[in-house]
Amino acid sequence: MPSPADSHSDAPDPDFSTRLKWFARGCRAAMSVPALILASSFVGFAALALEAGFTLAQTVFMTGIVWALPAKVVLIGAVLAGNGIAGAAFAVALSSVRLAPMVVVLLPELRGPRTRTWVLYLLSHFVAVTSWVIALEQIRHVPREFRTSWYGGVGSSLVVLNMIIVALVYMLAQNLPPLISAALFMLTPIYFLTSLWVSARERAGHVAMVLGLLLGPLFYVLVPDFSLLATGLVGGLLAYLFHVVTKRRKAT
Amino acid sequence: MTFDALDAWWWPYVFILVAGWLATDSWRFLGVYLGGRISEESDALVFVRCVATALVAAVIANLIVNPNGPLADTTLELRVFSAIVGFCAFLWFGKRVLVGIFVTEAVLIAGMILASGWA
Repeated sequence: MPSPADSHSDAPDPDFSTRLKWFARGCRAAMSVPALILASSFVGFAALALEAGFTLAQTVFMTGIVWALPAKVVLIGAVLAGNGIAGAAFAVALSSVRLAPMVVVLLPELRGPRTRTWVLYLLSHFVAVTSWVIALEQIRHVPREFRTSWYGGVGSSLVVLNMIIVALVYMLAQNLPPLISAALFMLTPIYFLTSLWVSARERAGHVAMVLGLLLGPLFYVLVPDFSLLATGLVGGLLAYLFHVVTKRRKAT
Repeated sequence: MTFDALDAWWWPYVFILVAGWLATDSWRFLGVYLGGRISEESDALVFVRCVATALVAAVIANLIVNPNGPLADTTLELRVFSAIVGFCAFLWFGKRVLVGIFVTEAVLIAGMILASGWA
């Protein structure tokens, strides 16, 4: 049985209330298992920001304005290491390159026949692993006219939910027993360790990850000022060479 | 110019805007701009993804090897051991992220309780 929204989907100008309905459906779609995992890692992130000396307002601001969790963890890492603003920006930018291809993949499915470009720029801010995974899984079931409204609901509800979680945890974390807060601090690394492994597109991604895990602590001791950049460049280059060599071997 | 270089309320926000927002949303905006013109399979993107992955992996490793806060009170062996056990469980049980998180935390908490002599 077609829902009322489906019968409206090819109307020339979808009215506001139908858009609102799809926005609400997007909000509901966001409440899922990936969102639960994301929320638990934001618990760890709030504890990390608190320890690094960020204020409550700065931490909540950072959650909304940066949004991608790896970027925020790198940003905090750079602040902890005493990096300057240019070095921090460079490290964060390097850690966030993946956002561009992710947006490229989502765009053709998100765009409707009359979608304005500024709407796409606005919605692209919500692109991070969780909302991207939810969108790629479900957006084809949404009528094209309402996909931007739906994704707006998915993205904004995830952002607002996690800003609230971060604020609550920040306030509570100061009074937690050490056993619990130590466990909270372990959430971020183990979440990334596992989700980064899943998100790797090619074998070289796994090679890059293992190299990064081994070289990171080594360069932390050898070149403390540029440890992140050095690991990224050396580990990334070696993994890329692995990619080129295996591809060539496959071709011959 | 470090995070606490200036003693002004707005400086940390400028730092977060430049090093956080600008450094991430530029990539998202570039993605919108490029639209369908770039190939997911191109070798340049593979290289860029490798660098990004190694960099994030370095951050992960340092959060475990050189942690801050209460986690720093645990031993290096316990942290690395619980991460490895959790990661193996994650691989073993169909690459489920929640399994990895749960097992790591269980091993870590058990280790901390044993070390403190409560058991």
